Amino acid sequence: MITLGHMLGLSAVLFALSVAGIFINRKNLLLLLMCVELLLLAANFNFVAFSRYLGQIDGQVFVFFILTVAAAESAIGLAILVVLFRERSSINVEELNKLSG
Amino acid sequence: MLVQILFYAFAAVLVAAGLGVILSRNPVHSALSLVLCFFTSAVLWLLIEAEFLAIVLVLVYVGAVMVLFLFVVMMLDINLEELRSGFTRHLWLGVLVTLTVIAEIVGVIVAKRLGVDTTQGAAPLPAGYSNTQELGVALFTRFAYPIEIAAMLLLVAIIAAIALTMRKRPGLKVQDINAQVAVRAADRVRIIKMDAEKRP
Repeated sequence: MITLGHMLGLSAVLFALSVAGIFINRKNLLLLLMCVELLLLAANFNFVAFSRYLGQIDGQVFVFFILTVAAAESAIGLAILVVLFRERSSINVEELNKLSG
Repeated sequence: MLVQILFYAFAAVLVAAGLGVILSRNPVHSALSLVLCFFTSAVLWLLIEAEFLAIVLVLVYVGAVMVLFLFVVMMLDINLEELRSGFTRHLWLGVLVTLTVIAEIVGVIVAKRLGVDTTQGAAPLPAGYSNTQELGVALFTRFAYPIEIAAMLLLVAIIAAIALTMRKRPGLKVQDINAQVAVRAADRVRIIKMDAEKRP
Protein backbone atom coordinates (compact mmCIF):
# COMPACT_ATOMS: atom_id res chain seq x y z
CA MET A 1 0.00 0.00 0.00
CA ILE A 2 1.40 3.38 -0.99
CA THR A 3 0.58 6.05 1.55
CA LEU A 4 0.31 9.77 0.97
CA GLY A 5 3.52 10.19 2.97
CA HIS A 6 5.40 8.02 0.49
CA MET A 7 4.38 10.18 -2.44
CA LEU A 8 5.04 13.46 -0.63
CA GLY A 9 8.46 12.26 0.51
CA LEU A 10 9.42 11.20 -3.00
CA SER A 11 8.24 14.52 -4.36
CA ALA A 12 10.28 16.34 -1.70
CA VAL A 13 13.42 14.45 -2.73
CA LEU A 14 12.80 15.24 -6.39
CA PHE A 15 12.15 18.90 -5.62
CA ALA A 16 15.32 19.19 -3.53
CA LEU A 17 17.36 17.49 -6.26
CA SER A 18 16.19 19.96 -8.86
CA VAL A 19 16.84 22.95 -6.59
CA ALA A 20 20.35 21.60 -6.01
CA GLY A 21 20.68 21.19 -9.77
CA ILE A 22 19.88 24.86 -10.22
CA PHE A 23 22.61 25.70 -7.73
CA ILE A 24 25.37 23.51 -9.13
CA ASN A 25 24.63 24.04 -12.83
CA ARG A 26 24.21 27.76 -12.56
CA LYS A 27 26.25 28.52 -15.69
CA ASN A 28 24.50 26.26 -18.15
CA LEU A 29 21.21 27.75 -19.28
CA LEU A 30 20.11 24.49 -20.89
CA LEU A 31 20.52 22.53 -17.66
CA LEU A 32 18.74 25.28 -15.74
CA LEU A 33 15.72 24.80 -18.00
CA MET A 34 15.87 21.04 -17.46
CA CYS A 35 16.02 21.53 -13.70
CA VAL A 36 12.95 23.75 -13.86
CA GLU A 37 11.13 20.97 -15.70
CA LEU A 38 12.12 18.54 -12.96
CA LEU A 39 10.94 21.01 -10.33
CA LEU A 40 7.54 21.31 -11.97
CA LEU A 41 7.35 17.53 -12.13
CA ALA A 42 7.91 17.36 -8.37
CA ALA A 43 5.13 19.89 -7.83
CA ASN A 44 2.85 17.85 -10.07
CA PHE A 45 3.59 14.80 -7.92
CA ASN A 46 2.14 16.61 -4.93
CA PHE A 47 -0.95 17.64 -6.87
CA VAL A 48 -1.62 14.12 -8.14
CA ALA A 49 -1.00 12.55 -4.73
CA PHE A 50 -3.30 14.94 -2.87
CA SER A 51 -5.95 14.67 -5.57
CA ARG A 52 -5.94 10.89 -5.30
CA TYR A 53 -5.78 10.64 -1.53
CA LEU A 54 -8.40 13.32 -0.88
CA GLY A 55 -10.68 11.84 -3.52
CA GLN A 56 -11.03 15.06 -5.52
CA ILE A 57 -10.31 15.31 -9.22
CA ASP A 58 -9.46 19.04 -9.12
CA GLY A 59 -5.80 18.43 -8.35
CA GLN A 60 -5.41 16.41 -11.52
CA VAL A 61 -7.05 19.20 -13.52
CA PHE A 62 -4.43 21.53 -12.09
CA VAL A 63 -1.68 19.16 -13.15
CA PHE A 64 -3.14 19.36 -16.63
CA PHE A 65 -2.80 23.14 -16.63
CA ILE A 66 0.69 23.00 -15.15
CA LEU A 67 1.72 20.65 -17.95
CA THR A 68 0.35 23.14 -20.49
CA VAL A 69 2.19 26.08 -18.95
CA ALA A 70 5.39 24.06 -18.62
CA ALA A 71 5.26 23.04 -22.27
CA ALA A 72 4.75 26.66 -23.33
CA GLU A 73 7.53 27.79 -21.01
CA SER A 74 10.06 25.30 -22.33
CA ALA A 75 9.18 26.06 -25.95
CA ILE A 76 9.69 29.81 -25.48
CA GLY A 77 12.72 29.25 -23.26
CA LEU A 78 14.41 27.09 -25.84
CA ALA A 79 13.56 29.58 -28.59
CA ILE A 80 15.20 32.34 -26.55
CA LEU A 81 18.16 30.03 -25.95
CA VAL A 82 18.60 29.41 -29.67
CA VAL A 83 18.43 33.14 -30.45
CA LEU A 84 20.90 33.82 -27.64
CA PHE A 85 23.32 31.22 -28.94
CA ARG A 86 23.11 32.73 -32.42
CA GLU A 87 23.99 36.15 -31.03
CA ARG A 88 26.67 35.24 -28.51
CA SER A 89 27.85 31.73 -29.49
CA SER A 90 27.56 30.81 -25.82
CA ILE A 91 24.87 29.88 -23.33
CA ASN A 92 26.87 30.81 -20.26
CA VAL A 93 24.59 32.60 -17.84
CA GLU A 94 27.46 34.66 -16.43
CA GLU A 95 28.05 36.31 -19.79
CA LEU A 96 24.50 37.58 -19.96
CA ASN A 97 25.22 41.01 -18.58
CA LYS A 98 24.20 43.22 -21.50
CA LEU A 99 21.34 44.74 -19.55
CA SER A 100 23.29 45.42 -16.38
CA GLY A 101 24.29 48.88 -17.67
CA MET B 1 2.81 -5.65 -1.01
CA LEU B 2 3.68 -5.96 -4.68
CA VAL B 3 2.55 -2.38 -5.22
CA GLN B 4 4.85 -1.24 -2.46
CA ILE B 5 7.84 -3.09 -3.93
CA LEU B 6 7.08 -1.54 -7.31
CA PHE B 7 6.80 1.88 -5.71
CA TYR B 8 10.20 1.61 -4.02
CA ALA B 9 11.83 0.23 -7.16
CA PHE B 10 10.53 3.00 -9.37
CA ALA B 11 11.17 5.66 -6.75
CA ALA B 12 14.81 4.53 -6.65
CA VAL B 13 15.01 4.72 -10.45
CA LEU B 14 13.41 8.17 -10.35
CA VAL B 15 15.87 9.55 -7.82
CA ALA B 16 18.80 8.01 -9.67
CA ALA B 17 17.61 9.54 -12.92
CA GLY B 18 17.15 12.89 -11.19
CA LEU B 19 20.74 12.68 -9.97
CA GLY B 20 21.74 11.86 -13.53
CA VAL B 21 20.03 15.00 -14.78
CA ILE B 22 21.86 17.35 -12.46
CA LEU B 23 25.25 15.63 -12.27
CA SER B 24 26.01 14.28 -15.73
CA ARG B 25 28.78 15.89 -17.76
CA ASN B 26 27.06 15.80 -21.09
CA PRO B 27 23.79 17.72 -21.65
CA VAL B 28 22.57 14.92 -23.93
CA HIS B 29 22.89 12.47 -21.04
CA SER B 30 21.04 14.95 -18.83
CA ALA B 31 18.20 15.17 -21.32
CA LEU B 32 17.99 11.39 -21.62
CA SER B 33 17.98 11.05 -17.83
CA LEU B 34 15.13 13.54 -17.74
CA VAL B 35 13.23 11.33 -20.22
CA LEU B 36 13.77 8.41 -17.83
CA CYS B 37 12.49 10.62 -14.99
CA PHE B 38 9.28 11.34 -16.87
CA PHE B 39 8.75 7.68 -17.75
CA THR B 40 9.22 6.56 -14.14
CA SER B 41 6.93 9.33 -12.91
CA ALA B 42 4.29 8.13 -15.35
CA VAL B 43 4.62 4.62 -13.91
CA LEU B 44 4.28 5.97 -10.38
CA TRP B 45 1.19 7.93 -11.35
CA LEU B 46 -0.24 4.74 -12.82
CA LEU B 47 0.43 3.04 -9.48
CA ILE B 48 -1.74 5.58 -7.66
CA GLU B 49 -4.39 5.31 -10.37
CA ALA B 50 -4.01 8.63 -12.16
CA GLU B 51 -3.97 6.91 -15.54
CA PHE B 52 -4.87 9.75 -17.85
CA LEU B 53 -2.19 12.09 -16.56
CA ALA B 54 0.39 9.31 -16.71
CA ILE B 55 -0.28 8.84 -20.42
CA VAL B 56 -0.39 12.59 -21.00
CA LEU B 57 2.96 12.93 -19.25
CA VAL B 58 4.56 10.40 -21.61
CA LEU B 59 2.90 11.85 -24.71
CA VAL B 60 3.45 15.54 -24.00
CA TYR B 61 6.75 15.49 -22.15
CA VAL B 62 8.63 12.59 -23.67
CA GLY B 63 7.00 12.98 -27.05
CA ALA B 64 7.20 16.74 -27.47
CA VAL B 65 9.10 18.70 -24.86
CA MET B 66 12.06 16.38 -24.44
CA VAL B 67 12.41 15.92 -28.19
CA LEU B 68 12.59 19.71 -28.41
CA PHE B 69 15.25 19.72 -25.70
CA LEU B 70 17.27 17.04 -27.48
CA PHE B 71 17.02 18.92 -30.76
CA VAL B 72 18.37 22.08 -29.16
CA VAL B 73 21.10 20.26 -27.23
CA MET B 74 22.35 18.57 -30.35
CA MET B 75 22.01 21.66 -32.53
CA LEU B 76 24.08 23.95 -30.33
CA ASP B 77 27.83 23.62 -30.34
CA ILE B 78 28.47 24.27 -26.66
CA ASN B 79 31.83 24.64 -25.00
CA LEU B 80 31.26 22.27 -22.11
CA GLU B 81 34.49 22.81 -20.22
CA GLU B 82 33.72 26.47 -19.67
CA LEU B 83 30.19 25.74 -18.48
CA ARG B 84 31.40 23.05 -16.11
CA SER B 85 33.87 25.31 -14.34
CA GLY B 86 32.79 26.12 -10.81
CA PHE B 87 30.84 22.87 -10.63
CA THR B 88 32.66 21.47 -7.61
CA ARG B 89 32.77 24.92 -6.04
CA HIS B 90 28.97 25.01 -5.92
CA LEU B 91 28.59 21.30 -5.18
CA TRP B 92 28.71 21.63 -1.40
CA LEU B 93 26.15 24.42 -1.60
CA GLY B 94 23.92 22.13 -3.68
CA VAL B 95 24.25 19.30 -1.17
CA LEU B 96 23.47 21.70 1.68
CA VAL B 97 20.37 23.06 -0.06
CA THR B 98 19.19 19.54 -0.93
CA LEU B 99 19.48 18.31 2.63
CA THR B 100 17.81 21.43 4.03
CA VAL B 101 14.86 21.28 1.65
CA ILE B 102 14.36 17.53 2.19
CA ALA B 103 14.57 17.97 5.97
CA GLU B 104 12.04 20.81 5.91
CA ILE B 105 9.48 19.08 3.72
CA VAL B 106 9.80 15.70 5.42
CA GLY B 107 9.54 17.52 8.76
CA VAL B 108 6.25 19.02 7.67
CA ILE B 109 4.97 15.63 6.50
CA VAL B 110 6.05 13.81 9.66
CA ALA B 111 4.73 16.52 12.00
CA LYS B 112 1.14 15.61 10.94
CA ARG B 113 0.20 19.24 10.52
CA LEU B 114 -1.12 18.89 7.00
CA GLY B 115 -4.68 18.27 8.13
CA VAL B 116 -4.70 14.88 6.41
CA ASP B 117 -3.50 11.51 7.60
CA THR B 118 -0.33 10.85 5.65
CA THR B 119 0.00 7.26 6.81
CA GLN B 120 -3.17 6.05 5.13
CA GLY B 121 -3.51 4.48 1.74
CA ALA B 122 -5.98 5.93 -0.75
CA ALA B 123 -9.57 4.81 -0.54
CA PRO B 124 -10.25 2.12 -3.14
CA LEU B 125 -12.03 3.38 -6.23
CA PRO B 126 -15.53 2.09 -6.99
CA ALA B 127 -15.92 -0.56 -9.68
CA GLY B 128 -16.22 0.86 -13.18
CA TYR B 129 -14.54 4.12 -12.18
CA SER B 130 -12.85 5.86 -15.08
CA ASN B 131 -10.18 8.42 -14.28
CA THR B 132 -10.29 9.78 -17.83
CA GLN B 133 -14.04 10.24 -17.69
CA GLU B 134 -13.89 12.05 -14.34
CA LEU B 135 -11.14 14.34 -15.58
CA GLY B 136 -12.96 15.01 -18.83
CA VAL B 137 -16.18 15.90 -17.06
CA ALA B 138 -14.35 18.29 -14.75
CA LEU B 139 -12.38 19.86 -17.61
CA PHE B 140 -15.35 20.53 -19.82
CA THR B 141 -17.82 21.70 -17.17
CA ARG B 142 -16.28 23.46 -14.21
CA PHE B 143 -12.95 24.22 -15.87
CA ALA B 144 -14.21 25.12 -19.34
CA TYR B 145 -12.93 28.71 -19.28
CA PRO B 146 -9.52 27.86 -17.82
CA ILE B 147 -8.99 25.28 -20.54
CA GLU B 148 -9.75 27.93 -23.17
CA ILE B 149 -7.15 30.16 -21.57
CA ALA B 150 -4.69 27.27 -21.62
CA ALA B 151 -5.36 26.80 -25.32
CA MET B 152 -4.74 30.50 -25.97
CA LEU B 153 -1.53 30.25 -23.97
CA LEU B 154 -0.31 27.44 -26.20
CA LEU B 155 -1.16 29.50 -29.28
CA VAL B 156 0.80 32.44 -27.89
CA ALA B 157 3.71 30.10 -27.16
CA ILE B 158 3.71 28.75 -30.73
CA ILE B 159 3.66 32.21 -32.24
CA ALA B 160 6.30 33.52 -29.86
CA ALA B 161 8.65 30.60 -30.48
CA ILE B 162 8.33 30.90 -34.24
CA ALA B 163 8.67 34.68 -34.22
CA LEU B 164 11.76 34.47 -32.01
CA THR B 165 13.64 31.92 -34.07
CA MET B 166 12.67 33.09 -37.56
CA ARG B 167 15.39 35.09 -39.25
CA LYS B 168 16.12 36.65 -42.59
CA ARG B 169 19.54 35.68 -43.85
CA PRO B 170 21.11 38.07 -46.35
CA GLY B 171 22.06 36.61 -49.71
CA LEU B 172 19.58 33.79 -49.51
CA LYS B 173 17.90 33.02 -52.85
CA VAL B 174 14.20 32.55 -52.14
CA GLN B 175 11.02 33.38 -54.00
CA ASP B 176 9.22 36.55 -52.99
CA ILE B 177 5.66 35.61 -53.86
CA ASN B 178 4.26 39.08 -53.24
CA ALA B 179 6.72 40.67 -55.61
CA GLN B 180 6.07 37.98 -58.21
CA VAL B 181 2.32 38.47 -58.13
CA ALA B 182 2.47 42.27 -58.07
CA VAL B 183 4.71 42.53 -61.10
CA ARG B 184 3.26 44.14 -64.25
CA ALA B 185 4.24 43.83 -67.86
CA ALA B 186 5.56 47.39 -67.86
CA ASP B 187 8.14 46.41 -65.21
CA ARG B 188 9.58 43.62 -67.30
CA VAL B 189 9.24 44.62 -70.97
CA ARG B 190 10.60 47.88 -72.33
CA ILE B 191 9.16 48.95 -75.69
CA ILE B 192 11.50 51.14 -77.66
CA LYS B 193 10.33 53.20 -80.63
CA MET B 194 13.00 53.43 -83.27
CA ASP B 195 13.30 53.84 -86.99
CA ALA B 196 13.66 50.81 -89.18
CA GLU B 197 17.22 49.91 -90.03
CA LYS B 198 18.30 50.89 -93.51
CA ARG B 199 19.45 48.16 -95.87
CA PRO B 200 23.23 48.52 -96.27
